[in-house]
Amino acid sequence: MDRRDSLKTLLVGTIGGITLASVNSCKTEVATDAPLKQTASNLYGRTPKELEHDKKVHAEVYLNEHELATIAVLCDIILPATTDAGSATDAKVHEFIEFIVKDIPAHQLPMRGGLMWLDLEANRRFEKQFIACSKEEEIQIIEDIAYPDPDNKKPTMAHGIAFFNLMRNLTLTGYYTTKMGFDDLGVNSNYANVWDGVPEEVLANHDVDYEPEWLAKCVDQSKRLVIAEWDEEGNLLT
Amino acid sequence: MPTKIYDAIIVGSGAGGGMATKILSEAGMKVALVEAGPYFDPKDPATMTQMKWPWESPRRGANTNRAFGDYDMSWGDWEVEGEPYTQEKGTNFMWWRSRMLGGRTNHWGRISLRFGPDDFKHKDIDGLGENWPISYEEIKPYYDRLDKMVGVFGSKENRYNDPDGFFLPPPKPRLHELYYIKGARKAGVDVIPSRLSILTKKLNNDRGVCYYCRQCNRSCNVYGDFSSSSVFIIPAVNGGQVDLYVNSMVRTVTTDENGKATGVSFINKEDRKEYKLKAHSVVLGASACSTARILLNSKSKQHPNGLGNSSDLVGRYLHDSTGGGRMAFIPALMDRKTNYNEDGVGGLHVYSPWWLDNKKLDFPRGYHIEVWGGMGMPSYGVGFNVTEFNKLIGGEVGGYGDKLRKDVRRYYGAIMGMEGRGESIALKDNRCELDPMVVDQFGIPVLKFNYKWSNHERYQARHMQDTFEEIIHAMGGMPLGDKPTEEQDWGLLKPGQIIHEVGTTRMGNDPKTSVTNKYCQLHDADNVFIVDAGPFVSQADKNCTWTIMALAMRTSEYVVKQYKQRNI
Repeated sequence: MDRRDSLKTLLVGTIGGITLASVNSCKTEVATDAPLKQTASNLYGRTPKELEHDKKVHAEVYLNEHELATIAVLCDIILPATTDAGSATDAKVHEFIEFIVKDIPAHQLPMRGGLMWLDLEANRRFEKQFIACSKEEEIQIIEDIAYPDPDNKKPTMAHGIAFFNLMRNLTLTGYYTTKMGFDDLGVNSNYANVWDGVPEEVLANHDVDYEPEWLAKCVDQSKRLVIAEWDEEGNLLT
Repeated sequence: MPTKIYDAIIVGSGAGGGMATKILSEAGMKVALVEAGPYFDPKDPATMTQMKWPWESPRRGANTNRAFGDYDMSWGDWEVEGEPYTQEKGTNFMWWRSRMLGGRTNHWGRISLRFGPDDFKHKDIDGLGENWPISYEEIKPYYDRLDKMVGVFGSKENRYNDPDGFFLPPPKPRLHELYYIKGARKAGVDVIPSRLSILTKKLNNDRGVCYYCRQCNRSCNVYGDFSSSSVFIIPAVNGGQVDLYVNSMVRTVTTDENGKATGVSFINKEDRKEYKLKAHSVVLGASACSTARILLNSKSKQHPNGLGNSSDLVGRYLHDSTGGGRMAFIPALMDRKTNYNEDGVGGLHVYSPWWLDNKKLDFPRGYHIEVWGGMGMPSYGVGFNVTEFNKLIGGEVGGYGDKLRKDVRRYYGAIMGMEGRGESIALKDNRCELDPMVVDQFGIPVLKFNYKWSNHERYQARHMQDTFEEIIHAMGGMPLGDKPTEEQDWGLLKPGQIIHEVGTTRMGNDPKTSVTNKYCQLHDADNVFIVDAGPFVSQADKNCTWTIMALAMRTSEYVVKQYKQRNI
C-alpha cells in the first residue's frame, strides 16, 4: 500500500476528508458463502452502506441556484472551450462541484464564503453581483485573484486569491476526471494490454536506455501463457 | 447452529488464515473458517472496482468512504464503524482492519520479499531485539514451495540477505523507473527488479495472467495477483471440507478445565447474538493485534491473565515498519508523449533492497526503497495546485484559461516519488492491551495502543531523506516540498501507518520470554496455533506477507501432523 504524504495531492492521491469505514451489516447469513446482494444501480462496486451514503448525499441540497450559477461562470473562465475540447461546464464540472462540497464538507464554508466574497467585491466595484457583470468586469476581478501574492501587494485580495485557488483546483480535478478531460490530456490507461517496455521512439527522446543484462531477466511476453516450470535451482525452464 | 466438533477452527481469512484453510482442508481435516467481515470474491461484478473510470464515482474516487479512495478494495481502514480502539495518552498507533473475506490481501501492495539469513539472527549482529528460534535454512523450503504455489515475479540476484526464489520473470521498467535506476546507481544505491506476487506468466490453470492495468489494490477479477480470497479460500470452500462463517466476530477462545481450547465464541453480526463453535484445535489468523485481543479477552480460571499470556507478553513487542517518502519532479519527463499505455503491474517494477553496512551508520537495521510515478489514471486530486510546479522552471504560478490545460499536460507523468520501508526494533513497552473501560458495539473490550518510536527509527528516517535527495539530484530531478526536519522526526510516519504490524505473540524457546514455540503453538495451550504476524520476533526490512504465509504453511503442516498423530 501507499502511504501518502499531503504533497502527493498535488497530482495524485486522495488525502483530505475524515474517513469512516462502512462495512458491516451486509445481508449475509452465518455459515453460507452467499455474495453480497446489490442493486443494478450499483455501478462502481459499492457496499450497501456506501450506496446509502451516495443516495443521502445526492438528495441533500447545499449550494443555492445563484451560487451554482456563479460556479458555472467561474468554471468556464478557468477552463473555457478550445477548438479541440469542451469547456468545464460541457464536462459538467459545476455538477461535480455541487456534489463534492456535500461529500467533503470541509469544502463547504470556503466555497460559500468565497462566492459571497466575490459578490461583495463585484458590488464594491460595479454595484452588482458577479454574474451580472460584463465579461470585462468579471475578468478585471479575476485578474486580481488568479495569481498568488507572496509579497502581499494586494492585501485586500488575499481571501479572493484563496477562494480562486479552491475553484481552480476543483475545476481541474472535476474536468480531468471525465472522458472529455482524459481525451484532452491524452490519458492512455485502464484497459487490458501487455506491457513490453517503453516504445523505442519514446526512449530515443530520453537519456536513458534498457541494458541488455536487465532485459535478459524480464518477461518474454510471447511465452506468458505457457505454464511456468523451474529446475531445482529456480531457473525458469518455460 | 451446528453441534459438530470440527478438527480445527480457523479465525480470520487473510494471508495466514487462508494458507491454513488450504493446508488443513486439503489434508482432510474438517474446518470451520470464521471471518468478521462479509463474503468477497474479486470477480463478483457487484462489488468489483477494477477497470472502473473515475467518472463512474460521483466523487471521482476521493477517499470519503475508503481511506485509500473509492476503488481501493478494503472494506474497513483505520476506522471501522462501531469497532473503536484507544490510545495511551501522548501516543498514536494507527490500526488498519479490512472486514471482508481475504482481509487485507485483497488490496495489499503484493511486495513479496523473503527474509534473509541475517533477519532471523539480527541480535547476533547488533545486540538489539531478540533472535528468532528458527533460521533461514529452516524456512527456505516453505518459501520455495510458496513461490511455486502462489506465484511471485523477481530475478536471480545472488544477494546474501535477499535470497532468490522460484521467480516468474519481472516486467520491464517504466520510463521513470529507468531514470530511477540511473540516479540510484549514481548515488551508490543498488537497484534490482521488484518482487511482487503478480502473475506475469501462467502459474496454473486456475488463475489468469496479469493484463497490466496497475490496479492490484482493487483486487484482480482474473485472479492474476495473490489475494487470499481468490487463491486460497474460495477453492478450499469449493473442496467441501470447509464451513465458512462470515460476518462472525470472534470474542474468545473457549477452554476446558485442563486449559486446552475447546472452540470459539463469536458474535453473529446479523442477529447480534453470541454463538459457540467446538473444535479439537484453534488456529488464530485474525491479524497480529486482533489475535492478541482475542487471547487477552479469553480469560479463564486456567488462564487468568488471558489465554497464552502467562508470560505477560501477549500484545507486547508490537512493531510496524518504518516509513518515509519524498516526491520529485523530473524535468526530462515534462511534456512527455502519452501515446502508449504504461500502466504496468499494480506497483513498482524496480526497487532498492538495503545496500549498506550498519557498522558505518548511526542507526541499526535497514530499509528498502519503493518507487512510484508515471502516467497513471487521474482521479480526485489531479490538477490540484498544478501551477505551483511552474515555480520550479521559472514559469507563472496561478492563472486561468487555456494555459491551465498546458500546465496539466506538462506535468502529467513528470512527478515520481520514493518510499522507504525499514526495520524498527521491537520494544517490550510498545504494546496493545485491553482498554479497561471501552467495549465495541459487540460488547467486546477493545484494544488500547501504546507505541513510541525510538531514535533507532528516527535516525533511519533521517538517512532515508538524505538518500532520497541524493538520488533525486542524481536523476536530474528536483525534490518537491521541504525536507522534513528533526522536529518532524525527519518525516517518519506514525506507527501502524505502514500496515505491517507484527510481534504481539512472539515465538521463542523459553515460555517466560515468548508466547508461542517455534511452530507458532501456544506454550500455554498446545492445541492453539497462530498463523498471522503475531509470532514474528523481528520485522526485517522486507514487508511481512511472504513470511506470514511461509510460516503459516509450516505451522499448518505441523497442525496436520499433530492431528494425524492424534495429539490434538
